[in-house]
Formats: sequence, C-alpha cells, structure tokens
Amino acid sequence: MNSISRDDVLQLAALSSLSLQDDEIDSLRADLSRILHFVEKLSELDTTGVKPTYQVTGLLNVSRPDEVSQPIETEVLLSLAKETNDNQIKVPKVL
Amino acid sequence: MKISDFKPNNAVESVTQALEKLEKLKDYNITISTTAERALDRAEQVERGEITGRLAGVPFLAKDNFLVFGSPTTAASKMLASFNAPIQATAIEKLEAEGAICIGKTNLDSFAHGGSTENSAYGPTLNSIDKTRVAGGSSGGSAVAVALDIVPFALGTDTGGSIRQPASFNGVVGVKPTYGAVSRYGVVAMASSTDCIGCFTSNSSDAELVIDIMSGKDVSDMTTLDDFFKPCESSSKTKKIGLVKNMINDDVDEDVRQRIYNLAERLKSAGYTIEDVELPMADYAVAMYYIIVPAEISSNLARYDGVRYGYRSDSSSLAELYGRSRDEGFETENKRRILIGSYVLSSGYFDAYYQQAQRARTLLCQEFDRLFESYDVLLSPVAPTSAFKLGEKTTDPIKMYLADTMTIPASLAGLPALSVPAGNTEEGLAVGAQILGNRGRDSDLLALAKEIEALW
Repeated sequence: MNSISRDDVLQLAALSSLSLQDDEIDSLRADLSRILHFVEKLSELDTTGVKPTYQVTGLLNVSRPDEVSQPIETEVLLSLAKETNDNQIKVPKVL
Repeated sequence: MKISDFKPNNAVESVTQALEKLEKLKDYNITISTTAERALDRAEQVERGEITGRLAGVPFLAKDNFLVFGSPTTAASKMLASFNAPIQATAIEKLEAEGAICIGKTNLDSFAHGGSTENSAYGPTLNSIDKTRVAGGSSGGSAVAVALDIVPFALGTDTGGSIRQPASFNGVVGVKPTYGAVSRYGVVAMASSTDCIGCFTSNSSDAELVIDIMSGKDVSDMTTLDDFFKPCESSSKTKKIGLVKNMINDDVDEDVRQRIYNLAERLKSAGYTIEDVELPMADYAVAMYYIIVPAEISSNLARYDGVRYGYRSDSSSLAELYGRSRDEGFETENKRRILIGSYVLSSGYFDAYYQQAQRARTLLCQEFDRLFESYDVLLSPVAPTSAFKLGEKTTDPIKMYLADTMTIPASLAGLPALSVPAGNTEEGLAVGAQILGNRGRDSDLLALAKEIEALW
C-alpha cells in the first residue's frame, strides 16, 4: 500500500495552491491514503497494448467560424472581481 | 405534475404557486436561491403573448451550477457565494426560448462533488419520502423539487450518477443523455470528459420534451454532437434486454434486487426478451472514476483563485491570496478531490494511476460495445440501496463513492442512461431501475421508459 505522509499532503497542497489549516492535514492524509489504496485495485488489470480513452465522442479538431463577437461586456466581467483599478483587476504584491 | 398541466395564460399564477410551495416546504432545503422577480416578470411577458413556445409559462428549477440570471450561481460553495453570472447557460437559454420560466436554483453537493447533497455549504437537502434520509446527489435539490410537485421539471448535471441516483432515491424520472448531446456551456465544470446535463421529471414523456429542446450542437461547447435526438413513439426498436448480473449481486439490498427482478418479469410478460449478461469491468469502474475525475477536477478547479471572481481572502501576497482563498472557499470533499487529482497527475504516478485508469476505461467501453452487438438495452438497479440515512456515509468517503457503483460505468463510456421508478421497498422508500443504451440511443431508452411506466 502506497502510504501518504504529512509531507506528501503538504507537497500536494502546494502544487494545488491550497493553504491547508493544521487541523485539516491529518484527516486528509488518512482519506487520501485510503482512496489511493482503493483505486490501486486497477493494478490487477493487464492493460498491455490497450490504448487509453481520454474522450468518448471521437470528435477531432473541432473548429468554429472565426467571427469577432463580444458576448460579455468588459465592465460586467470587471464587476465580478473584488478589487479593480483603472479597468484592471487589483491583486496584492506579487514579489 | 405534468408539463401539459401548465398554460401560458396562467403563467403568473403558476409561478406564484410554485414559489409559495417552495416557501411552504422550505425545511427540505431544496433551493439555495429563487429568481422570483425575474420569473414573475417573464410570466407577465408570457401572459401578454410576448414570449411563446412549447414550454410557455412552465416553471422549472435549475441546479445551482447552471449560470442563470436573477440570483447568484453558487455551486453550493462558499467560493461562489456571491457570484452573479454574466451569461446564462446554453441549456437555460434554449428552455427560455421556448417560454420556460426558471424560478430558482437548487441545492447540490458543493461543485457537484458528492452523492448525497450533504457536501453543500448550505446544508443538506432532505429526502422527499423520509426526512431523516438523504436526497441523493449531487443533484439532490432538483430531484426533491420534482418529487414534491413544486415544478414539473428540474435540471441537473450527471458526471457519475448525479441525476440518476437522486432520481432513484426520490421516485422520479432522471435522464443522463449521451455525452455531448446537450451543451455544457455556462455550467460549472467538474470533470469535462464525463459531465452531462439532463433533467428530472415525473414522467418520461416530459423528459423527452425537455431533452429534445436542450440537445444539439453549440459552438461554445466543442464536445457537442449534431442534433441526433428525435422523440420516438414506440419502443419497437428495443427487443432484447440484458440484465446486468454483476450489478445485482450480494452487495445490493434484497429489497432493491426484488424490485429489479420484478420489473424484468413484467418486461418479459410484455414481450421483451430478457437475458442475464455480465459486465465484469463494471467492478473496476469506481476505481477508474476516482482517478480520472479527480484529475479533471484538479484542472477545472484551478480557475478558482480568488482573483477574477469568487471568494477572495484578505492576504498580503498573491501566493497567500491563492492558497487561502482556495482553502476557505472549498469544502473538504472538493479538497480531497483536488489533492487526489494532483497526485495521480504527478510525474512518477501518472502512468501507474492516470494512464492505467484511461486504459481500463477502454476495456470497459469494449465490454459495452460487445454487449450492444447482442442487446438493445441493459437493465440494472440505479444504486445498491434506497436512500440512506443522513450522516450515514459522511465520515467515510469510499462508502459514499460506492453508492455510485452502478451509475459510473455509463458515465465513463459516455452512454445515455436513465432512472425510472421501479416501485418501493417495504419501508416505502423509492427504488429506481437504470436502463442504458448505446451512444445516440437516447430516444429509444425514453420510449422504453414510457412502456415501463405503463406496466405498473
């Protein structure tokens, strides 16, 4: 069984941009271990030479007419952000 | 309650009555918000003859992961608690173009992650038959709304059973069409390779009408198929039905098995050929699903970063803003799935988990293909049990995942599947039968469902 450590959870959380609270980490660690153990059932299957199925429609390279349209006004989209400044979305310091 | 009970010249009264009933039954926690003002405005337009169509004056409810004007679209999360949709979902636009009136937004598991509607940030929805039990999920609010005759139809989404299972738990019809039949544009994405839009109704004829209106190609959803859906009057194209034996095994409640065997007997008496079939790969489907779907969830939910829209936590740096907004805006089950998704997509684990699951998915599709060479339709229970008690499975995610054992295979293969009432348990709880067919056979399934309704 592939067991998940507390550090593994923190590493996955960092990859997922999730600042977990201390009291969440242990229960998530236990859940993740159990879920991964459960899905390991698939290793029983011999899939040598089997192609993966990423999608089921069989559609390939779908295109649409290249027409200019603006279904949503900029102001409407900006109004969804918590802070804006000069038609731009404002965020805290990056660096 | 049927769609044909509603008349355009009574639109205002219909909408008012539905809203009043919703208020009277509010202890079921069916809706997160109503769109009363916009609904009444539209009802007046219908009465004045300014809006016409096949659903003129018919009130309906949409799961709160559909973008709809008139109230926030929350996806039952804190993340989107005050998100006012800048567009409406294509499915909603199509229904409105036929005169239908959305009166509100129904409860769900947050971001549709769950099988009981208990993962909602706004509390669980209660089962329509027994208030101590779950509504099923994730489209629980929509199922209960139709079961309690608040509206004649309600919309849901089904990624692994989220329409069919609550339909079964509440004794209504629930339809998941062929993958790609209905545009998902304007619906909060969960797992893009299996997400489907469908509906709940009290009878299959109404579901046929709603699917007929919603289906078809949409340039805004590149996975949509050309409109193949044509309602059909007779189920004559269905002759041979396969009863999926490994979905009626000892893990399934005796009461549920009896209802399905009983239905099979009735179908036999009605002239259908019923034979036992095996779908061995179905036993691996939940494991495939909980690799593939979290992988897609971890990607789809990356967009909720607290910057452009949605919940933003006060923070002094951008990295902290992302991390804290996501931690505070998501429910525990959302986080579980994001973390699992990040794990199975990590280099080093990608082949063993993600690729292996997608290869196993091919084997499952091949088993279905072989069965559909000999059988027109497959029959199984929708779920191993009737509605379970509130809280019974909330502490054990795997127990909860296994509630979708029978609905997940059709989702992974993109097949149309529906839940049709098959009677009640001795306790009086609803049991649904699942019928599923090959891709594009949606109307044949609905025709058979109409036959089944006539058998009782």
